[in-house]
Amino acid sequence: MATSFSVSRSTAGNLTILSLSGFLDAHTAPEFEKAIQQEFDAGNIRLIADCGGLTYISSAGLGVFMSFIEDIRGAGGDLKICSLTPKVAQVFEILGFDSIFEMVPTADDAAKRFV
Amino acid sequence: MASMERTFRLEVPSNTENLAMIRDFVNGIGVRAGFSPSDVAKLELAVDEACANVIEHAYGPEVTKEVSIKATIDEFTVQIDVVDTGTGFDPAGISQKNLDELVAQRKSGGLGMRLMKTLMDEVHYEVIPGQKNELRMIKRLKK
Repeated sequence: MATSFSVSRSTAGNLTILSLSGFLDAHTAPEFEKAIQQEFDAGNIRLIADCGGLTYISSAGLGVFMSFIEDIRGAGGDLKICSLTPKVAQVFEILGFDSIFEMVPTADDAAKRFV
Repeated sequence: MASMERTFRLEVPSNTENLAMIRDFVNGIGVRAGFSPSDVAKLELAVDEACANVIEHAYGPEVTKEVSIKATIDEFTVQIDVVDTGTGFDPAGISQKNLDELVAQRKSGGLGMRLMKTLMDEVHYEVIPGQKNELRMIKRLKK
């Protein structure tokens, strides 16, 4: 029984949207890490993580967000998070991630936050 | 615990692919204990964190070792014991840095233990040198 997780990529202007779905845990976090690393290496640093399809997250998944944000912002970009389900949002909030990341209701809202 | 006590066990190889199976097991425990959906989710996440720590840190690359989860339910609580025979750790050595400091250092260490302590009512960790490491977590049923 393996955990199912997927990341799909789309663009809107100069923004890159990574849509996450399934279970983001210690087993699947490396896949998400690889996806963000690829974007960063390609110079795509205006990122939106659309978590509408994400049904579960553990600290391994949160750690991926955390380990990239400083480099992305340092390069002049940002990673904004949208469409969190209440269950997943609760985990972000327990650890205080709402003070580090902008978390907004929709991808459109996230896009508007990029200057 | 009282006489209403029931015990359930799951033993899985130390591979992160088994975390989903562990969560299913714990979900069933939480439902059987009468927890709310929100508390079942908290129990699931806390045990996932404990087992992921065992698989990734206590056992490292050894995927053939065993992670043992024992759940004990009584009318007031669920007690989870996660046992491994890998490398133990000192809970006092876990980073107490605030989130901003961890982000600045690009580190995410200790998040799992922070979650466990927030999600559960009690968390105890014991290393019995040369024998086993045991993490005991307790969540009380809110009535």
